[in-house]
This record gives sequence, structure tokens and C-alpha cells, in this order.
Amino acid sequence: MSRRVVVTGVGAVTPGGSNAKAFWSLITEGRTATRRITLFDPAPFRSQVAAECDFDPVSAGLSPREIRRSDRYVQFGLAASAEAIADSGLELTSEPRDRVGVVMGSAVGGTTALEAEYVVLSDVGRDWLVDSRYSGPFLYEALVPSSLAADLAVRYDLHGPAQVVSTGCTSGIDAIGYAYQLLQDGEADLMIAGASDSPLSPVTSASFDAIKATTPQNDDPAHASRPFDRDRAGFVLGEGAAVLVLETLEHATRRGARIYCEVVGYAARGNGFHMTGLRPDGVEMSLAIDSAMAQARLNAEDISYICAHGSGTRQNDRHETAAFKRSLGQTAYQIPVSSIKSMIGHSLGAVGAIEMAACALAIDTDVVPPTANWANRDPECDLDYVPNTARELTVNVALSVGSGFGGFQSAMIFRKPGAVDR
Amino acid sequence: MNATTVITGVGVVAPSGTTAPEHWATVTAGTSRLGPISAFDATGYPVRIAGEVRALDIAGSMDGRLIVQTDRWTQMAFVAAQEALADAALRLADADPYQVSVVMASSSGGNQFGQRELQRLWSHPSRTVGAYQSIAWFYAATVGQLSIRHQAKGSSNVLAAESAGGLDSLAHAVRTIGRGVSVVLAGGLEAPLSPYALACQMASRLLSHDENPLSAYRPFDAGASGYVPGEGGAVLIVESLDHAVARDAPTIYAEIAGWGMTHDGRHTSPEPGHEQYARSMRLALERADTAPDEVDLLIPDAMGVPGYDRSEARAITEVFGPGGVPVTSHKSLTGRMYQGGAALDAVTALLAMRERLIPPMTGLSRSARDYDIDFVRTAREAAVDKVLVCARGFDGYNSSLLLRRHQNGRAA
Repeated sequence: MSRRVVVTGVGAVTPGGSNAKAFWSLITEGRTATRRITLFDPAPFRSQVAAECDFDPVSAGLSPREIRRSDRYVQFGLAASAEAIADSGLELTSEPRDRVGVVMGSAVGGTTALEAEYVVLSDVGRDWLVDSRYSGPFLYEALVPSSLAADLAVRYDLHGPAQVVSTGCTSGIDAIGYAYQLLQDGEADLMIAGASDSPLSPVTSASFDAIKATTPQNDDPAHASRPFDRDRAGFVLGEGAAVLVLETLEHATRRGARIYCEVVGYAARGNGFHMTGLRPDGVEMSLAIDSAMAQARLNAEDISYICAHGSGTRQNDRHETAAFKRSLGQTAYQIPVSSIKSMIGHSLGAVGAIEMAACALAIDTDVVPPTANWANRDPECDLDYVPNTARELTVNVALSVGSGFGGFQSAMIFRKPGAVDR
Repeated sequence: MNATTVITGVGVVAPSGTTAPEHWATVTAGTSRLGPISAFDATGYPVRIAGEVRALDIAGSMDGRLIVQTDRWTQMAFVAAQEALADAALRLADADPYQVSVVMASSSGGNQFGQRELQRLWSHPSRTVGAYQSIAWFYAATVGQLSIRHQAKGSSNVLAAESAGGLDSLAHAVRTIGRGVSVVLAGGLEAPLSPYALACQMASRLLSHDENPLSAYRPFDAGASGYVPGEGGAVLIVESLDHAVARDAPTIYAEIAGWGMTHDGRHTSPEPGHEQYARSMRLALERADTAPDEVDLLIPDAMGVPGYDRSEARAITEVFGPGGVPVTSHKSLTGRMYQGGAALDAVTALLAMRERLIPPMTGLSRSARDYDIDFVRTAREAAVDKVLVCARGFDGYNSSLLLRRHQNGRAA
């Protein structure tokens, strides 16, 4: 008999805010945090806009050693985890740490640091045989994305299962899903779970330029991310992290924890079609949604809100809209669907966890964030995308989905405590 | 519901061979496959030798169009997956695609491809990369490509726990099968031999600078001086027992009977603790309801770095007692292949069970450290029914996996 799992803490580092409260204010006020890239000179690149974090590791409470050894994405993860743990009211030092683990997602890990070091070691790309004498002391930590969960485990002296999940742009949902399964199966009682990515660097921009996945519309950065809009032209890169505290219902109840929501369904499928292309019918995403709903024993009418993948590429938003209709039928037209990537961009592996944090907060506050920058209806995207203004409504059940390179499709469902209990 | 999960096929691409039988011949003969790095001119580096995969027939497993879109890491995985599927006599074209998953470990991605594109980006004024950089370099590239190639549309995953991930993928295959999938392609491979990736590895200060292939990598030896990197790994076919029996699978190598995953909760340098590593071994035994004295063989991580060897020996001795379990490792022949090495160790365990033979522990000189461990110095015939495979991932990850001969096993 699998055990029930709840969310008891939320932490986030996102563009436009270095904690969950600032993040939630930003997206429920419909403000956007996209701008012309400042982390490097974007002039050579086709897409020159991104959603950047104004992150200060010192004020985020990181130690000098953590700052020295950790890449930016690890620092985001450390800051978000500190917030989530404080929010949960846990005293980790009094928990049996053998039963506490950490699972973090990341699509590209230490790419930014790897590129910066590469430039030095290769003498700006001149040498194939790079000069290893110029490397910094933590270059191996940059190569292996496992550093992310390791650094969190070290910070909190956790001895339970540790893992980094790296399934591209579904990494965030899949990391939380992996932690959920460990808790269901009794492999741990408490998990720190989330995802982090800081992909903003020349190689990332060049990679997405090469396949025209990111938007070329650079003249109005604040309105560059336009999910589900007729005139959407590609996604806007972002960065950030979100971390949730997940624990068994029994553990949360025993310690009298405040419960945001229960994790009631998680599923992943592969489209087996193409590394980057999506068929317009959305079959595999729909199958993931169906499976998550079956686990949760929920019907279409029970879904209060869908936090969409909504990347703002031509093909994604069409694919995803088709998947919602395939799974939810006519009811899909009644359910508010929004893409917070319109405001915080697409932070690759991190964003799935940020979207799950948004689902937890939507359930907690009974507010649904909008899709910003929505102006014109696309005939193929004809659902209720909560244009531009947040909406107050009772959020009993929130569904989120992710879609990523490699053909990965994932879905996860959170439910308000006590609501729609079958 | 029968929750038993078994392994029914193996595929190997490693310095020790590009098929499982070739690998087995190498490790039972104890032949070193380390040598000077040929992938690039390494004479200017302090690390000049490695375990390389020779004579890899990529074209037999991958069409030319895909070869240009992928890193060597993904190409090796295609070859290993093809062998594993053939070994399992599994025709995925006949299977329900949603009943097939790929769960593999990855800890550094498409290194050579990535370095080539970084060079293009930074050395040319145009500041561009090729169209395939976005799908060849990232950690999920191999699982994504394999899932497309084999129409594996079930729940897939990519795990990064450095070397430990190779075993974690097999444990997660069991979790995935427990949630309704029939077949999982598991394991992992690694292609760490590009100049930049090697520079990254050297930064850990765990690599051997010894240029002599026969003495460079000597786990548990008094002269241990670090490890030698290697490329390759293995793919294993994991199935529910029900599925394997229903389709009359030719070989049931073993059951995945237990596993344990722990973290040290601290950075490992200069010397890792042994307590959590020992606990991962105990967790694996407990899950399999197996006492330490029932284990016939232990394959260790065998880092070859003195502090790591000491702590590993201590963990083994703490769980099994002095000389309490036969121990062997062939990492000194192949190099450390990270998650690929852990997956390959699992294959070696399965082959040892099938052949009822423990291959020799290599790399130990007569002046080995005085550990209280039963190292199998020469090949030993034995009823190998239960094997514990252990792996540590950089910076605190510990994993152990217990493989147990299954009563339905029709091993040749």
C-alpha cells in the first residue's frame, strides 16, 4: 500500500524575486521579468532577451565556501531549499537524517560555468588541447550535475537517498515525481525536492538560435514571451529554482505541519517521435495526464487550474492545447489554463519545479496566475488562458505539465487538503 | 501481483570488449586494456593513459544521419542497447510502446560533441553552433535518442549521481516496473575522453598520473595512486518476471532483489566516511532479506585513491566482518567509467553467476595493503547466487545493489 505524500514547504528563486513571496506577487500581478540580457553581451545572437535573476548569494545566506565552490544554479538551489525548509517549520537537526533525502532536477547543470572555464582553458577557443593548468579547483563539480543534490545534502547533513534527475525540460516535474515515488514506497519519510538551472550563457543562446526555438523579437523585451498568443514567436530563456518540502502525510500530521497540498498523481511518457519536434495531436502528453488523473481518481470536472508548459513556441502551445482537449474533452474549455513563462521565461529544467510551486501557492491562496502578454487569439489555441489578469477562484486541484527535448512529457497533480477526496 | 523484477539481457561497450562475451573473456583472463590515449594527443597532460573502446562498429547500430547528430556517448549506448535486446531475444517492434521505458544514468553528457561546438562558438566571428548541439550535449540526449529509436514511450528517466547512478538506474527500473511498465532499458555509459572533459576530471585530483598501464590503477593496493578514466558501460534489459516468463525469455540472469541509496551528507575530500556507504550495503541486504554471510561475491567501487579505498574496505569489513565476503574488481583493466563502470560491474556480476566463476581481482601487487578482505586474486569457481555490487558517486553518493539468482533462471 503506497503512502500518501504532501507538500509542506515552498521556496523559490526566480526572475523578479528571490523568494516565493516575491515570485507569487510578480506572477499574480501579471508583471513580467523578461529583459534584454545583461549577464553577457547578447548582440551576436538572434534572441537577445531573457528572464534573469537578480540574485545575491550573500544576502541569500550562503556561506563563503558555498559561494566559492558552487555554480550559480547550485546557489539558486541552496537558497530555495533554505526558504522551503524554513517555510515548512522543520527542525532538520531533530529529524532522523537517514530518512531524509534530496532529489533535484536540472536540464543543463553547470553549463554556464563549464563554458566560462572552457574559454579560459582553450584560450578563447584557439586550442583543442586545452591547458588544464588554468582550471579552477571546482571544475569537476561543474562537469557533473550531481553536484546540485550533493551540495544540498551536505548543507543539511542528509543521509537518505540523493539524486539529480536530468530529463531536459521536464526535469523539475520528474525530480519531484521521483521524490514522490520514494516517499510512496517507504524509501524515505521526508524529501527536499525541486529543480534549478542557470542556463543563460552564450552557448545556450547559440544552441537555441541554431534551431530557432527562442524568440527573435528583441525590440520589446518586457512583452517578448507570448504563450498561446497568435503572434508568439518562440520561447524566452530564463533561470531560477524552486524547492518543495515533501513528506508522508503521516509524518506531516505527526509533527503538526501546515499542509499546502497533497501530491496525488504523477506520470511521464515519451513521444518516441523526435528530439525537438512535437506532433500536433499531443497524444503522449495526454496519456501522461490521463495516468496522473487515474492515480488521483479525479475527473475532468475536478481540475480547477492547469499550470501549462506554455513555452510560447508555435508547436508547443498547439500540441499542449490539443493534449488538454484530448484528456479533458469539452470540460477543457471551462478550466483556466495559464503559462507563467510569459512572466518568468523558460528556465529549462528548473521551470517545472517553479510551476509546481505556483500550483501549491494557487491552491493555498485560491488565486490563479495569468498568462501575460496575451493579446490575440490563435484558432488552434482556443482555451481560457487567463489573459493578463490573475483570477480568484477556489483551487481544489491543480494540474501541471511539462514537455521537453528528447520527447519527454510529464504531468503532476496537486490537491487541496480535504478537497475532492475519493 | 508478482512484484519480482529480473534482468534478461545485457549489452557491453567497454575497453574490455564490445560484446558481453568479449568482456567476460577479458576479465577472466585479467588482460589490461589501459593504454596511451589515442582520441587526442594527451602527451602534454599529466594523465596520458585511459581505457578506450576500440573497433566500435557504430554503423551497425545507427544510421549515418544520426551519427552526425550524436556524441560518441550516445553512439556507444546504441551499440550496447542493440546487443542487450538481442541477448534478451526481445523484439520491441512487437511490444506495446507504452510498456517500455528507458532509465539510464548520465553524469557528463556529450563531451566531445560539446567541446567541438564550444570551439566553433568561441573561435569564429560568426558566434554560432551547429543545429545538433542542443540535442547532443545535454544529459538526456542518450535516453531521448534510445527512446525514439526503440519506441520506448513509457515513463523514462535520466539519473545523475556520478558513478552511483549506474546502479540507481537499475533500482529505478524496479520502481518503474512496479508502476506498470513491463520492460526497462537500464544502465549507463560514459564518454569522458575529450581534452576538455579530461581537464575537468583532473580538477578532482583523484586521477592517477602514472604512465604505465600496468601500474597506474591499483585499487586497494599499497601503491594505489588514483584512478584511470575509461569510456563505455553497459545496457541491461530489466523486466517484470511475469513478462519474462510469458514471453519465454531465453535467459533470466538474476532478480534485482535489493538496493540501498544513501548520501554521506558531507563533501568527500580528502577522505570519505564509511558509515553511510556501509548503510547502503545493509539496506540492500535487508530489502532482499539476505544475511551478510549469504552473499557470494561483492564487487566494490574500487576508486584506487588511498583514502577512498580505506573507507570502502572499512565499510565492507563492518558489514561482512573480516574476510567475510569474496571481493573482486576488474576496474584496473578498463579504467573508471563512472556510471558506465557501475552498470558494467552489474553485468560482470550476472556473468559470474551464470558461469559460476569469480573473475580475478586485478591490480593488486603482493605488497597489497593489509586489509581484512578476501580479494579473489585468481579466478575462483564458486556457486555465485547472490552478488552485492557497490558504487560511490563523486561527493557523497553511495549505492549498493543485490542481484540474486532466480529459481526460474534457465542460465546456460
